[in-house]
Amino acid sequence: MENQEKLLRQLEKNAKISPEQLSSILAKKPEDVSAMIEDCEKNKIIVGYNALIDWDKTNRELVTAMIEVKVTPQRGEGFDRVAARIYQYPEVTSVYLLSGGYDLVVMIEGKTLKEVAHFVSSKLATIDAVVSTATHFVLKKYKDKGVLFQEEADEDKRMVVV
Amino acid sequence: MDVTKFINPTVSAIKPSGIRKFFDLASSMEDVVSLSIGEPDFDTPWHIRDIGIYSLEKGRTHYLANAGLMELREEITRYMYRRFSLAYETNQVLVTVGGSEAIDLAFRVLLSPGDEVIIPEPCFVCYEPLCRLAGAIPVKLETKAEDEFMVTPEGLEQAITEKTRLLVLSYPNNPTGAIMPEEAVRKLGEIIKKHDLYVVSDEIYAELTYGGKHFSMAQIPELKDQVLVVNGFSKAYAMTGWRLGFVCGHPEVVKMMTKLHQFGIMSASTTAQYAAVEALRNGDEDVAAMREEYDDRRHIIVDGLRAIGCPCFEPRGAFYVFPDVRAFNMTSEAFCEALLREEHVAIVPGNAFGAPGEGFARVSYASSLDNISKALERMERFTRKLRG
Repeated sequence: MENQEKLLRQLEKNAKISPEQLSSILAKKPEDVSAMIEDCEKNKIIVGYNALIDWDKTNRELVTAMIEVKVTPQRGEGFDRVAARIYQYPEVTSVYLLSGGYDLVVMIEGKTLKEVAHFVSSKLATIDAVVSTATHFVLKKYKDKGVLFQEEADEDKRMVVV
Repeated sequence: MDVTKFINPTVSAIKPSGIRKFFDLASSMEDVVSLSIGEPDFDTPWHIRDIGIYSLEKGRTHYLANAGLMELREEITRYMYRRFSLAYETNQVLVTVGGSEAIDLAFRVLLSPGDEVIIPEPCFVCYEPLCRLAGAIPVKLETKAEDEFMVTPEGLEQAITEKTRLLVLSYPNNPTGAIMPEEAVRKLGEIIKKHDLYVVSDEIYAELTYGGKHFSMAQIPELKDQVLVVNGFSKAYAMTGWRLGFVCGHPEVVKMMTKLHQFGIMSASTTAQYAAVEALRNGDEDVAAMREEYDDRRHIIVDGLRAIGCPCFEPRGAFYVFPDVRAFNMTSEAFCEALLREEHVAIVPGNAFGAPGEGFARVSYASSLDNISKALERMERFTRKLRG
């Protein structure tokens, strides 16, 4: 179990790390490491792999917004049902249930401001249980999943030989 | 005019560090993957930097007490007790400009002209020149790969003469990555006691041991007064650029060192000292996290080097591997220079750390996994070519 946690922490940092490297770190055979990974995938402990992309450096137009959503929880289902209604949309990239002033925070991506605004007014706000929404557009991404998005991030500031 | 006649011949006679040549060559190249750096690749943890910045905002821009900020010396005594079960009073602590200043002061306080100092090699480059500047005579003691680069009791006995005053112990070791386990330290301790010698124990890498805790000779109660422990913030807390070290030892030795420090330095950087208080109070987790990361890389690099036919004993401290390159029938220097020129990988020839390092090279794993993988790929290609 301790090994599994170590494996997961490595993969969370860098999903591209090779079974050979993991094998050195965990002192296990590469085949065994691959089997452990498959096991985690099967049990949905590892639910997927993503690349962290700085779209600002490409020609792709992308608008990201964070929407605070207040909802009326439903009898017997709490927030899960309305959350499910919201996360079905492909534009929605993340949904979290929060404590505090509002209930759900929904991250969505669209090509233009207009597209995002349209999604909120026509699809999100019209769901029965949704009481109100507040949309915040992302202006700049500095850090995501522990990774810095600026140029300086990888720069080695040390002298070449000391 | 010939200015050289004004220069102290002892200084002129000191050879420049062997690392320098590689620095010049590597700096002139593009796309160099450097595994030759003797400092953490991590930046100082943010909360420590933050306290440094805050101290500047508050106008703490003045001299501090010569021996160091009292708050910091108190934290150092707590730290030494917490980590190594060593109890010191604040008058046994001096805060210095890095571990190197501490070693310089220690030699100047403890040595007189003609005294002999036993310096086990391979080792960090500063001991011999600083020993000569103190007018003393360095006596090299070779440590060997088959002894896992530890000082053996027999070796130490042989090196001792009537003039021997001091032994330098430098474990966890730069460049070999060797450690000295408790048992081995105790055996040396008996010889130190028997011959009544003094020990300067450079423990700057004490936090970076893998699979076992560092044991200091000062932890042997009857020897505590004749061991000066040198430590600092550079390696453990990734604070190399702050230039902050410290020593703990007998009050009389520390008092004399403080006297010299007062004339030569005044007090170590004020900003750094405030930041260091934060490091000792709230930095244990950072140290543990960095140690774990180094340990992961250590496994990868040792396996990788062995796989390409460079035998290396398992280093259990610091962040260096010391592979044996004798199989390639080249000097360490020729090997490292060809590797740098042909594959743009910088590592340091073992002889830069003393003659017994010949046949080996220092490879630092204070570098990202990406860099390590890239370097290993290139080294694989290089060694394959050498084998023909």
